[in-house]
Amino acid sequence: MTATAPESPELAIASSGLTKRFRGGQLAVDQVDLAVPRGAVYGFLGPNGSGKTTTIRMLLGLAYPTSGSAQVLGVPMPEGAVRVLSRVGSLVEGPAFYPYLSGWDNLARYDSADASVSARTARARIGTALDRVGLAAAAKKKFRNYSLGMKQRLAIAAALLVERDLIVLDEPTNGLDPQGTREVRTLIRQIAAEGITVFVSSHLLAEVEQVSSHVGVMRAGKLVFQGELAALRRTAAPRIAVRTPDLTAAAEVMKKLGLADPVAGDDAITAELGDVQPESVTAELVHAGIAVRALTVESPSLEDLFVGLTGEGFDVER
Amino acid sequence: MSNVELTNADLTSVQPTGRADRPESAGTVRANLRFFTNELRVTFFRRRNQLLLLVAALFPLLIGIGLKAAAPHGGGGNGPGSGGAAFFNQLAGNGVFLSFIALSLLLILVLPVVVAVVAGDSIAGEAGYGTLRYLLTVPAGRTRLLVVKYATIVVWCMAAVFIVSAVALVVGAALFPVGSVTLLSGDTVSLGAGLLRVLWVTLYLCAAMAAIGAIGLAISTFTEHSIGAIAALMILVVASEVVDNIPQFATVAPYLPTHWWNSFDALLRTPIDTTTLEHGLLSFVVYAVLFFLIAWARFTSSDVTS
Repeated sequence: MTATAPESPELAIASSGLTKRFRGGQLAVDQVDLAVPRGAVYGFLGPNGSGKTTTIRMLLGLAYPTSGSAQVLGVPMPEGAVRVLSRVGSLVEGPAFYPYLSGWDNLARYDSADASVSARTARARIGTALDRVGLAAAAKKKFRNYSLGMKQRLAIAAALLVERDLIVLDEPTNGLDPQGTREVRTLIRQIAAEGITVFVSSHLLAEVEQVSSHVGVMRAGKLVFQGELAALRRTAAPRIAVRTPDLTAAAEVMKKLGLADPVAGDDAITAELGDVQPESVTAELVHAGIAVRALTVESPSLEDLFVGLTGEGFDVER
Repeated sequence: MSNVELTNADLTSVQPTGRADRPESAGTVRANLRFFTNELRVTFFRRRNQLLLLVAALFPLLIGIGLKAAAPHGGGGNGPGSGGAAFFNQLAGNGVFLSFIALSLLLILVLPVVVAVVAGDSIAGEAGYGTLRYLLTVPAGRTRLLVVKYATIVVWCMAAVFIVSAVALVVGAALFPVGSVTLLSGDTVSLGAGLLRVLWVTLYLCAAMAAIGAIGLAISTFTEHSIGAIAALMILVVASEVVDNIPQFATVAPYLPTHWWNSFDALLRTPIDTTTLEHGLLSFVVYAVLFFLIAWARFTSSDVTS
């Protein structure tokens, strides 16, 4: 633990060289430098097994980093866990409650463990939290009789029991139906609208794309991208694709126009468009007498970018 | 018993969590009591645990009925029985002895099981349900959670031993004559003094159970399968009892966790052999402190991966 995270009050989460090597030698998290601005909705993306949950466990003081450091709300972790965590609501790796207790009693149990809150306000807070996730009617039902979606919602209610500055949601829509997924998204928007920082992990880009202001992308334990979502979009360089029998001549024209990275196929050639307007490419090609059968501009979707960053999947990288 | 409670308090004060912003102590005490009360409620209202206590309470009733049926009519057994505890024969003359009989019989297996279920489940159960990570992110505080868990185990041990002892007294009074108590040493004391002896014996065994409760807590921090922790503690108890009964191991016997359990019969003689009892209590306190520290060292330094 030599490196220290930058002292930065404007960051809700900051880490520096955060590394976790499991006892078996496996490097689960490798030199991760997170910077989550306050008030952001930060989408923490990566395929399963890319180190997201281990990172979150270290941020919440559940696991101890092998090296590097992390700060949550300006407090070093894991040393400051007891001091800072009552301001952090979290859902880590799915809901976990006592099956033999009701939803209400489960929340009351977690609430009683929090030394920073008053017993007098417990009833009101538990009631509000259950209301907020639409579980008021099922409050007295035993947790073991809850449906998967209800369990997930109860976990979110637990994260909202106390006024928070930061909410950490690890795969909050895992196992939810489309309605449930939409509800969670709405809830995230509401929470963010209150000025609370939201750190939400997911293996699905589509899930956080609509709510996030910032994203961090993990791959094999490394943070391969971090920044505003708009910045990620900007990295998507549009490519022009020209279908033509005169591949060599077309390549000449593209080269003349300064298009980067030309790739010739069987009957088409593609290249990065850059700042060149597609119509001037058309004009030049026609001017050079090249038979153009089709000309298209392709912008890679965010999904493509994401897959480009994280790999195609199915190949376990470690 | 009071010794074990002192141990708890000491451990609470040595926790190395030197938090900068410590709220006023009254608020902290109230918050800790709130957590402790909730833990007690969850433990004692859990159906499984209630059944355990019920089963423990049924044993003295069965033993009482069985001994009543077997007792020679006309009272006064002739000659001491060779097997079993010395006070079996006293029962026919006085129902108070049923509590000593019940405790000495249940001490072998039933009470340790009752303790093991709750102690072995304490941390491993939370880990198994996944609730441990949520308790810690609440944040409950690792040391604080461990202290609350052990305090609950101690209360649980007391509940179990006191229930056995109380039911045995009631059943004994209902089935057998009750009066002044003739001790094993032959002296006779008043019924009140006899009941006081029952209380001392009960408290002594509470301390004995609290000691194995600490062992259970320690084992519980090493696994997320509570059944494993429960089984491990039971194997330990039975192994200790077996070794204690092998003469060749006599030199290690006094250091076994179960060795001093039956020494409570010193309380049934006059004068009371306090040296034996002190050895017993010292053994219980050492076991409790040692294993609480092992639990603490393990629990505050390991990753929560469940």
